[in-house]
Amino acid sequence: MAIERTPVGPGAGAASPAAPGTVPVALPGTQSRTASRPMTPRRIAERVVFIVLLLFFTLLFVYPFIWLLSASLKTTTEVFNNVLIPNPPHFENYTNLIGQQPVLNWAWNSFVVSVLAATTVTISSALVAFAFAYFRFPGRNLLFGLVLATLLLPGTVTMIPTFLIWNFLGFNNSLVPLWAGNLFGSAFYIFLLRQFFMTLPRELFEAARVDGANHLRIWWSIALPLTRAALVVVFVFELKAAWTDLLKPLIFLHDIALYTLPRGLKAIVDNPSIGGQKEWELLAAAGVIVTVPMIIVFFLGQRYFLEGIATTGSKG
Amino acid sequence: MTAIRRASPTRWSREDRSTFLWAMLFLSPWIIGFVVFTAIPMLWSLFLSFTSYSPLTGNAPLVGLANYQRIPTDPKVTTALWNTMYFTVLFVPLSTILSIFLASLLNRIGNRTSGFFRTAFYLPNITPAVATGTLFILVLANPDGLLNSFLRFFGITGPSWLNDPAWLKPGIVIMMLWSIGGTIVILFAALRNVPAELHEAAEIDGANTFQRFRNVTLPLISGALFFVIIINTIAAIQLFSEVYTIFGGQRQGAVGNDAALFYVMYLFREAFETFRMGYASALAWLLFVIVGIITAIQFRLSKRFVYYENG
Repeated sequence: MAIERTPVGPGAGAASPAAPGTVPVALPGTQSRTASRPMTPRRIAERVVFIVLLLFFTLLFVYPFIWLLSASLKTTTEVFNNVLIPNPPHFENYTNLIGQQPVLNWAWNSFVVSVLAATTVTISSALVAFAFAYFRFPGRNLLFGLVLATLLLPGTVTMIPTFLIWNFLGFNNSLVPLWAGNLFGSAFYIFLLRQFFMTLPRELFEAARVDGANHLRIWWSIALPLTRAALVVVFVFELKAAWTDLLKPLIFLHDIALYTLPRGLKAIVDNPSIGGQKEWELLAAAGVIVTVPMIIVFFLGQRYFLEGIATTGSKG
Repeated sequence: MTAIRRASPTRWSREDRSTFLWAMLFLSPWIIGFVVFTAIPMLWSLFLSFTSYSPLTGNAPLVGLANYQRIPTDPKVTTALWNTMYFTVLFVPLSTILSIFLASLLNRIGNRTSGFFRTAFYLPNITPAVATGTLFILVLANPDGLLNSFLRFFGITGPSWLNDPAWLKPGIVIMMLWSIGGTIVILFAALRNVPAELHEAAEIDGANTFQRFRNVTLPLISGALFFVIIINTIAAIQLFSEVYTIFGGQRQGAVGNDAALFYVMYLFREAFETFRMGYASALAWLLFVIVGIITAIQFRLSKRFVYYENG
């Protein structure tokens, strides 16, 4: 750090609530700002104001979900009636929707595509990222620069030929183009994982070499287990990206039975007998069905989502 | 790895060669992917932009620069570019300011409490774009949608967000602002790395809250700030899924003229709905150049405004 540590002023440092036995050294970046300050009435008041403000914004961010859930359990005439808990709740909206549209098919397709996309991209990106972190060979920096350059390339430029390539290979109107591109790694994940592999001490690999392990073995048995957390970050990121994608399903899927959930939801929005008839409760139910699996995945992998996204900022 | 010895600068030892072959083996997925899904598509797309290719006929007759000459005379391109710029210029500063504000609030209340709020703010980010679009068909509905009901609570009569051309884009900005959780989380992480002592020192020196923010916080988070501004600008220019859900596909034309026609939406329509892939490729290359120029300008500006701790 270029900035010289300034001595902490009187009062602020002396009264800091350091637990007995701990060394009273301020660790930059590891301490929340309030922890090092005395709780004067003014600071308490400040904190209350902040929390009230944050609660207000939380309401703005979260209330639409609750409203959507509530709308999905109402009748058409009740959707906009400003009653939060529908009485009685119309759970049959969901069964009606599933009866009308092949929603279960779509859910299965989404599941297959997301899991395949996340698995393949994690393995392939880890393989490539490890090569960039581990091997020393001429042209490495040039190739890695190329990886970074593709990060800035807008996907829309390659969209049309990519469609033509999959079409040429006979995979138009199939689920394959939605995940198989991930067999070849993804620039962003390669970049992210390389940073993690570089933190592993080289001696570890050298010792394994002496013991006769080949490079593939070193990658699989030493490097991968040690970077498990980063691999989970990549996996959940891609799971989310594949699950939520609309563009590729719009381009490649033409049979209704092949649709993923987002493509299916767009079809429901477009459907004149639902959107046109203003059966909003069915739209809302479809929205809930598409979103809930992601919310579950998010709560299971919350730590990885939030730490992963924070890491992108500092590495970028 | 054992040290690499070189017999001569031009001749590789057996070990060098072995290392190189292993490296290529590990890199092969990416190399194949780069050639097949980046290099060839880029060249192909450039070629297509000089043809009037349509997959319906399968022919790709060369038309020279005709596609590029048509772009400036195409009123839809002008409209789409204007709408996209309007959205980007409104969305990027608003999302940045709101994110800094919320991230600063989070940073002031201590880590344990902030976890709950971060989760809440991030939730809209994991919502599929189609679901966001669908939700906002209902939120922005007039007169009884969630937003106008909320405004009515304060005695304000909200506009017709989905039909009035003047209010369409502000409505879309509101929808996209709903998903700024990712930006908040990134900026929050950057704020947490600002040493508390610096603030305390500045406070003792008599700096007020604004001065402390301007002279201590802002320089130290400028790297992350620059990152989110670039990412959000590129994403805003390529706005598609959410607005396509509301205004695209079969719903196209249901809404006031082309007020909701964004650049990538038009590109998509040309490529995959009317199948004019030659013209669409030219549009894609124009977008590539625009994004490139804007990113280059932002990188240039960053040299002046971003503070790097180690030099």
